[in-house]
Amino acid sequence: MTIREALPILGFLVVAVLVSLFVTSNVVLNFLVFTLILAIAAQGWNLLGGYGGQYSFGHAAFFGMGAYVSAILQQRFGVNAYPAVAFGMVAAALLGYAIGAMVFRAGLRGSYFALVTLAFAEVLRILANAIEITGGAAGLLISLNLGAGNLQFANRSSFLILAAVLLALAMLMTLAVEKSRIGAQLVAVRENEAAAAALGVDILAVKLRAISLSAGLTGAAGALYAQYFLYIDSNIAFGTWISVEALLAPIIGGAGTVFGPLIGALILQGLSEGTKMLIGKIPGVDLIIFGALLILVVRFPLHRIPGVIAARWRGKGAP
Amino acid sequence: MGYPPEILLEAVANGLLMGAVYGLVALGLTLVYGVLHIINFAHGALLTLAMYAAFVAHGAFGLDPYAAMIPLAGLFFVLGYLVQRLVIGPASRGDDSNMLLVTLGLSIIIENAMLAIFRSDTMTLRLPYAMSMVELGDVLLSVPRLIGFGVTLLLAALLFVLMTRTDTGRAIRAVAKERTGAALVGIDVAHIYAVTFGIGTACLAIAACLLLPSFYVSPRVGNAFVLVAFTIVVLGGMGSVTGALLGGLFIGVVESLSGLYFGDSLGQIGIFLIFILVLLLRPTGLFGARA
Amino acid sequence: MTGQGRDPAFLAVRDLTKRFGGLTAVSDATFDVREGSITGLIGPNGAGKTTLFAMIAGFEQPSAGLVLLDGEEITGRKPHDLAKLGLARTFQIVQPFAGLSVRENIAVGAFLRLAKRRDALALAEEVGQRLGLGPQLDKPAAALTVAGRKRLEVARALATRPRILLLDEVLAGLNPSELRDFLPVLQDIRAGGVTILMIEHVMQAVMSLCEYVHVISGGRIIASGEAAEVVGNPAVIEAYLGHGAAQRLAGHA
Repeated sequence: MTIREALPILGFLVVAVLVSLFVTSNVVLNFLVFTLILAIAAQGWNLLGGYGGQYSFGHAAFFGMGAYVSAILQQRFGVNAYPAVAFGMVAAALLGYAIGAMVFRAGLRGSYFALVTLAFAEVLRILANAIEITGGAAGLLISLNLGAGNLQFANRSSFLILAAVLLALAMLMTLAVEKSRIGAQLVAVRENEAAAAALGVDILAVKLRAISLSAGLTGAAGALYAQYFLYIDSNIAFGTWISVEALLAPIIGGAGTVFGPLIGALILQGLSEGTKMLIGKIPGVDLIIFGALLILVVRFPLHRIPGVIAARWRGKGAP
Repeated sequence: MGYPPEILLEAVANGLLMGAVYGLVALGLTLVYGVLHIINFAHGALLTLAMYAAFVAHGAFGLDPYAAMIPLAGLFFVLGYLVQRLVIGPASRGDDSNMLLVTLGLSIIIENAMLAIFRSDTMTLRLPYAMSMVELGDVLLSVPRLIGFGVTLLLAALLFVLMTRTDTGRAIRAVAKERTGAALVGIDVAHIYAVTFGIGTACLAIAACLLLPSFYVSPRVGNAFVLVAFTIVVLGGMGSVTGALLGGLFIGVVESLSGLYFGDSLGQIGIFLIFILVLLLRPTGLFGARA
Repeated sequence: MTGQGRDPAFLAVRDLTKRFGGLTAVSDATFDVREGSITGLIGPNGAGKTTLFAMIAGFEQPSAGLVLLDGEEITGRKPHDLAKLGLARTFQIVQPFAGLSVRENIAVGAFLRLAKRRDALALAEEVGQRLGLGPQLDKPAAALTVAGRKRLEVARALATRPRILLLDEVLAGLNPSELRDFLPVLQDIRAGGVTILMIEHVMQAVMSLCEYVHVISGGRIIASGEAAEVVGNPAVIEAYLGHGAAQRLAGHA
């Protein structure tokens, strides 16, 4: 990774800071914060799914793990928000490693990997809904305690900067992965496992690293979500909605690219808000559009047009 | 945690009855997998759609779910045929992950269309016979579930005849075994794919009609069934019809017993855990282990 | 190069057997590959050549038998471990990483011994040039011709800096002029110190490239020796390569 390669990410950060300085509408700020949190979760999915070709349908497991561990540490054990969020991230990464160790060792790929991750997320959702430490069905409130020291901000623009910084870090990490040995090996695993193994790629080790990083990032998004809304329950934290959005954003915005998740999240949330404005708040309508968009993107894969791809490779190939 | 034997027996019996309908749902899934070699992720959502269709048929036309069975099966056959022919086939181009994403997209659309139209409340039909029971020795059995059990067996037999005695059935089996060869002898593979998908979807319409008298409807009801059906299909062996029925009975009993011991909300975990364990411990022969 | 008191075989295969259910694909295969040689493995279709390769390279677990590389037992080790030890293979059905450029494809192999992207890309460039892929380096691998893909297959394996290269029918499907261009490339690789074991059907290439040839038929090694000697043996030709091959060879003789 070079400075030049990282410039677009710095550009994004500058734009985000400018927006936070000049935009005052709470509706817009809310929209942006939520979109950036989604983009972080989606960037996590993108590392494993976009670069590694392992399509998870259950990234809610990691989002929820990050959210609950951070919230429970703060609320039940009085831990400060900063270490709590960090622990949430680590817990999600460990969960990712554990699931990966079981699932990848068993050789599950493709549809089976998708289904088994979904099953893990559902198990966690049901558990979180039933046990006491998570607050059960009532959910968990993080007590209001405003102040930068507690990672709680009275104005939304401060939170926007926080989310933007975290997303920029996630993008830098993704870029570093893409431009390194592990990234090349991950893509090789996505394209052809047998050929990758023949070239000395330790498939299991590569997948395990990818799922741990991926889960950690999505877990960070979960912890951030809890920090922003100060409330989670099992259907928010472990719900299918976040599994679906974390997957849709990269696929629509460009899977296996650094900016894909952010672009996809902006498109998805933009569409979602747009439909709400046009036809009022009917539940599910935005997701109907997402579903249709997903089918269209698969049917007419724009990013696979040869010219576009060749241009991208020329850029990437230059040392 | 000890329960008297008659309660256990009753749980097992009701589990078997429920399991037969699970088996029917799994039957459609396994048939589609066996022939098209795809995991139809929209299977659960299509079941949800069928349940709402049966619900509306009752509400709008006063049609009893059992009477709606035949017309809905026909309607859903056509729907399944068209969905495969016009959406899944062209969009996925035979690629496994495309297939997964397209059927995921379909399930999102169907589920949320139901949410937009009917909202998230769970609804039940109030039918005079919904709660009726028959007594068999010490065991009380629900009449709607008994009917479901019977119809499932009948349907499995019908399907068997269709697959072995008709030209369409033979063509389906030919495509399942050797697609290229079947195409070479003049079988329209895209048509057979769509027919198979249609049959799988028609199975769902019948399952929906059998479930409705004793089950609630909600936009996400199919989610519970889709993983159950996948578990059954994996347990019974991908593409195996007998396996689907036996797997269905087994899962029905497991669910019923884990509900008895862990309560309804945690009871569902049993199914997911079995699914995970089955996948982790029996990967050979599964699609996931295919090189 | 025969070391003192050491098995002269660089790659030694001993009684290697593979059973699939009731079918024995490879039965008690025993043969050697000398260091620095180009050794051929020939035999009719379905003889068990590819299964034998798969076992040596760690893609199939043998039912019985041993594989030794430079005196070290490597039986049943994972493919990526074998690659680290210096054993690389290509596939009969070429397996390019379709979504990557030619250069990036080769770099995946180069990354085995080089941690830095700059170094891996430099080696990829060098190996690509050497294999005659220079003009195609930035094209998507999916855009290559059959001959190009075969070269890419070899280039990727070579970028792992192997000690021994297992080539599975890299010459199949090439036209005569492509074949003529490719033979010196393989000789050049050997000259660079890489031992080569190749499965090959193109007898002309076997004759001109291989010092030693092992003949496998029905899962058994039925003849071993110098190329001219084995391939010239009319009994071997008639029995194991079929009448067509015998006539072709008679034409060349």
